[in-house]
Amino acid sequence: MLDARGRSCPEPVIILKKAMISQENSYTILVDNKTALENITRYAEHNGYQVAFTQSNDDFTMILTKK
Amino acid sequence: MNLKNEKTAIILAGLLIGVISALLVVFGNPANMGFCIACFIRDTAGALGLHQAAAVQYIRPEIIGLVIGSCVIALVKKEFIPRGGSSPMTRFALGFFVMIGCLMFLGCPYRMVLRIAGGDMNAVIGLIGFIAGILVGVFFLNRGFTLKRTYSLPKIESAIFPTAQIVLLILLITAPAFIFFTAVDGGPGAKHAAILISLGAGLIVGILAQRTRLCMVGGIRDVILFREWKLFFGFAAILVAAFITNLITGHFSLGFIDQPIAITDGLWNFLGMLTVGFGCVLLGGCPLRQLILAGEGNTDSAITILGLFAGAAIAHNFAMASSSKGPTFNGKIGVIIGIIVILIIAVTNTKKEKLA
Repeated sequence: MLDARGRSCPEPVIILKKAMISQENSYTILVDNKTALENITRYAEHNGYQVAFTQSNDDFTMILTKK
Repeated sequence: MNLKNEKTAIILAGLLIGVISALLVVFGNPANMGFCIACFIRDTAGALGLHQAAAVQYIRPEIIGLVIGSCVIALVKKEFIPRGGSSPMTRFALGFFVMIGCLMFLGCPYRMVLRIAGGDMNAVIGLIGFIAGILVGVFFLNRGFTLKRTYSLPKIESAIFPTAQIVLLILLITAPAFIFFTAVDGGPGAKHAAILISLGAGLIVGILAQRTRLCMVGGIRDVILFREWKLFFGFAAILVAAFITNLITGHFSLGFIDQPIAITDGLWNFLGMLTVGFGCVLLGGCPLRQLILAGEGNTDSAITILGLFAGAAIAHNFAMASSSKGPTFNGKIGVIIGIIVILIIAVTNTKKEKLA
């Protein structure tokens, strides 16, 4: 589980980028704003992952799965 | 989310913003300065008497419009989230020195684009410095630079900055004696579009920038970091639209010499914008983006803008701001100190971890 809540642009994507070096089939990442949600979605899709997310209060739990 | 629609949206927004920016000059704003976040914050600081440079004192409605536009659309879209607490003093200091860099070059990254669109080749040198500064910033980001996380805050905390914009608007309209306005023909501060036009332009650009996450520093940073072009397309669209509008309205003049409100000193144009690029990468966004984020309830960005205000006031009080005559000695010292301070902030906030 990666926690990118509260991080300003572009740190959430950098956190994911570093984690993706290990080429897992699935990642779970927490973010707390729409910009980070969009940025993570874009980066994940460009790198061959499908994105699904659930929202509770201000937090988004994003599940990325390799296509 | 549809990635293709997202790109189309930011290109259309950028084109509209470019046209609006160029038209503001036709309506009365200084040349190549339809928008300039740094210059306009500086003018507003002067109007409040924070500095005494009589040529640059005016409460710029564009700034007010940007914040209010972002705030209203964020509220409508449920994206107004009170946040803060991510190294506020460091952000203030970064904002301060970003302004010193801007006032060396004479423009923020947004005006840099508009200056290039007006044919000012000095701004191309500035762009090279800006990219160099972004590269240095990205070096630290890749090594774990962070100003730590933000936290949720009470709504009132985030309402203060947008409310202050309303107060500024009232001060502009009522023009009490304690507010300073540049005398007619007294300098750039006297050149402005009508209040409603400036305010409307700010509101529209604020809404568009909030929806598209437009950011000048982000445009170049994301290409370098992630090969991600979305924000860059916004940047490019503004340039193209402003360029074409300038050609039509007769405000295009190619060259280095006699450019409006610019210096021709290549080294200091480069170093000024290097300071801006470096500082803005560490802040997570350009001055325009900071205004938009402050409108969305981000108090770290509001603090950054206060840093920009303080930087503008001190830059003029200490004779650090450039003028059309060129850079000042004090300004050069200020930029060198700025680069050193930003470098110290970068090094001390970078975790000791290696990119595998």
